[in-house]
Amino acid sequence: MRLKLVPRETTWDFFRILRLTFGASAAAVIGSILLFLLVGLNFGIDFLGGTTIRTESPAAVDVGAYRDALTPLGLGDVTITEVFDPTFGPDQNVAQVRIQAQPGQESVAPETIAAIEEALRGVDPGITFASVESVGPEVSGELVRTAILAVTLAIAAVLVYIWLRFEWQFSLGAVAALVHDVVLTIGIFSLLQIRFDLAIIAALLTIVGYSLNDTVVVFDRVRENLRKYKQKDLRDVLNLSINETLSRTVMTSVTTLLALVSLYVLGGDVIRGFVFAMIWGVIVGTYSSVFVASAILLWLGVKRDWSKPDQEAGTQFGGAQP
Amino acid sequence: MLHIPLINRIVIWGLVVAGLALAMPNLFYPRVERHNDAVAAIEAQGATPEREADSGAWPSFLPSGLVNLGLDLRGGAYLLAEVQVEDVFAERMEALWPDVRDALREVRGEVGAIRRIDGAPDVLRVRIENEGAMAVAMQTVRELARPVVSLTGAGRSDIEVAGDGDELVIRLSEAERQATVDRTIQQSLEIIRNRVDESGTREPSIQRQGERRIVIQVPGIGSADELKELIGTTAQLTFHPVLSRTSDADADAGPREIILPSMDEEGVSYVLEERPVVTGEELTDSQPTFDQNGSPAVNFRFNPSGARKFGDYTLENIGSPFAIVLDDEVISAPVIQDHIPGGSGIITGNFTVEESTRLAVLLRAGALPAEMTFLQERTIGPELGADSIEAGQIATIVAFAAVLVFMFLSYGLFGLFANVALIINIGLIFGLLSLIGATLTLPGIAGIVLTVGMAVDANVLVFERIREELKTARGPARAIELGYEKALSAILDANITTFITAAILFTLGSGPVRGFAVTLGLGILTSVFTAIFVTRLLLVMWFERRRPKTIEV
Repeated sequence: MRLKLVPRETTWDFFRILRLTFGASAAAVIGSILLFLLVGLNFGIDFLGGTTIRTESPAAVDVGAYRDALTPLGLGDVTITEVFDPTFGPDQNVAQVRIQAQPGQESVAPETIAAIEEALRGVDPGITFASVESVGPEVSGELVRTAILAVTLAIAAVLVYIWLRFEWQFSLGAVAALVHDVVLTIGIFSLLQIRFDLAIIAALLTIVGYSLNDTVVVFDRVRENLRKYKQKDLRDVLNLSINETLSRTVMTSVTTLLALVSLYVLGGDVIRGFVFAMIWGVIVGTYSSVFVASAILLWLGVKRDWSKPDQEAGTQFGGAQP
Repeated sequence: MLHIPLINRIVIWGLVVAGLALAMPNLFYPRVERHNDAVAAIEAQGATPEREADSGAWPSFLPSGLVNLGLDLRGGAYLLAEVQVEDVFAERMEALWPDVRDALREVRGEVGAIRRIDGAPDVLRVRIENEGAMAVAMQTVRELARPVVSLTGAGRSDIEVAGDGDELVIRLSEAERQATVDRTIQQSLEIIRNRVDESGTREPSIQRQGERRIVIQVPGIGSADELKELIGTTAQLTFHPVLSRTSDADADAGPREIILPSMDEEGVSYVLEERPVVTGEELTDSQPTFDQNGSPAVNFRFNPSGARKFGDYTLENIGSPFAIVLDDEVISAPVIQDHIPGGSGIITGNFTVEESTRLAVLLRAGALPAEMTFLQERTIGPELGADSIEAGQIATIVAFAAVLVFMFLSYGLFGLFANVALIINIGLIFGLLSLIGATLTLPGIAGIVLTVGMAVDANVLVFERIREELKTARGPARAIELGYEKALSAILDANITTFITAAILFTLGSGPVRGFAVTLGLGILTSVFTAIFVTRLLLVMWFERRRPKTIEV
């Protein structure tokens, strides 16, 4: 007896609800962009500059008292949040104190950090500082540029690779799916106001990789079926390919999610945001490889003379027009 | 049909065994770490019974490479520093001025009187009386130029001379600037490394980043501040002629003069000539010692050129005071009693023994050639690191178990083969990480967990394909063969694209993000290897023994 997440043979029509899914995707993308523009991301100090201090104490965290102690220092915007996590012991009370970059300081001021630590020790003598992190405004600007560059480069590299291996229509479909996934991830981060730092960029790139992985597997089957069924309608070929690979798509997503969820629950709060981004990305990426990438392929159409013997490996450069 | 040549089998198992052997020391982390430390200590400082015992705790014929734990797992401090290279440019100009002055004085008949004009610190501007003789002046100064010492700038001269009205403008050439930047950063790296090593911490990492930056990561150190103190932002030792003593620290300094406070005399400052007679760069040795009164002091010795300058100066200035300046503070300003020809001397001040020892270390390690500003810093306490390791371990084990169970439930016996391959896969990742001495970070652990989830993908692709091929029923052996054959292009395309993103992350990322890229990239390599070769070999070996008529995937 085998565990089956998907019936062995499926002949579902994935494009029957094309309008609905495409509309939903478009709405989600627009919504995400609006959220990003109107609400914005909760950027971490990697991108804004400033200091975060992680405190730990056997005594309960009193956010109000912490704030009262720090206000006289005149540090501008100070955020204090208590951190809860199932992996903490009973005497482990953790808080995160974030101070904005101090105007007029290019680099990190140790005096400021010392003053903050002093003030917090006044509130709670048992407090310890588990980690202190400071980023100067100069570096944070560069980090933003590098991050944008990294995501753009990754997408461009993928565009070229798929173009070389398949056809330009496939390439556009895959990249549309990637952009969809990245935008939706940024959207959920603005919606839930989860801290967006450098690690999240790494997660975004992994999402790009994963989503692509999924899309490429479907496309690989589409290419094969296009050669096999020369007379079949493109829509039927796409449907057939998605159905044939559906079991694999679901299996891989489930094993990846199993691993990620255990990391989310047990891996501690330090990387929770990072893991959340990846879980979200796996779900959205799986969805988009079927409902965005393939849908775009259907819409763009594909040239059908795959069978020419000299084009066996499908490596011809994409000079063909539809 | 299903045939794998013996030689291929040997190579596959050989690689697996080698990878697992490299990974194995990580299972005995504390013991191997003590062994490695002891071996290094014996090599550096000789054997003691204790070190011998530690080194014997792990057999030396076994591999002893370990995965380095990153700062976020071990605790420690991280600093991103920018070296203020402009300081060096300014110093170069300062040092060039006397030569320019002397050279122009020799052609005084033509150019007339000369006067230095204040300007940007990295430019030397000289006004000459006879504007008409500018060409002569430029030619004279150009003769002072020396060729640039660097690969790219070879054949070009180190200074550029231009005329601007009646002003002579001298600046470093682009090639020389480039060479200076490189030299300064190299020097800074070397000095920081010396100082961090003197403190005896394990596996510090000190690297250049970009053009002018240095990343310093020291595990096990208490805080970033402690690390800064250890590096000692600048320990610039200089010797200046003293012009006068004053109690007004804000008094106006004349041109080319500086006012510096005294280290131990409250409220006292000295007016000094800005240009030092000799600097700490020409020191060859420095040791803590005691003066004739028995108080702690530091002795020093100059190299020949420093000794000559020092000797000449003391000979000419017997009876005048002379300031010893460390990091813009006057340590002491003794009166020169006698000619000091040998190039060695002693610094006395109100030192404690610790201070004199520290000062000697700083002087011996050499002064940083330029000041550093810190752009980013991070301190991670050891407890947070330990918590993160623990959480990471538990999460990895649970993730692993969940995937193993799920694969078995879905694919039965074939799932078991995939599971064996997955276990080997994790072993191989650790083996490779140890081999290249990579650093494992918390995001790196996430990368491994993600690999656990994704590594089965290649196997899933193959198994699903075998299922499909079984439907066309040309016998199980043929189905397995076709399954592998047809799944290959999807496996390669899918993994190459993911690998591209890992490579981009590695190139552009830094610190923990890079750690993630490394484990993700290695994970892709090992998972493709295990899926295409190891699982297949397991399958074939099983098939050869059993020769089943039907198979169920």
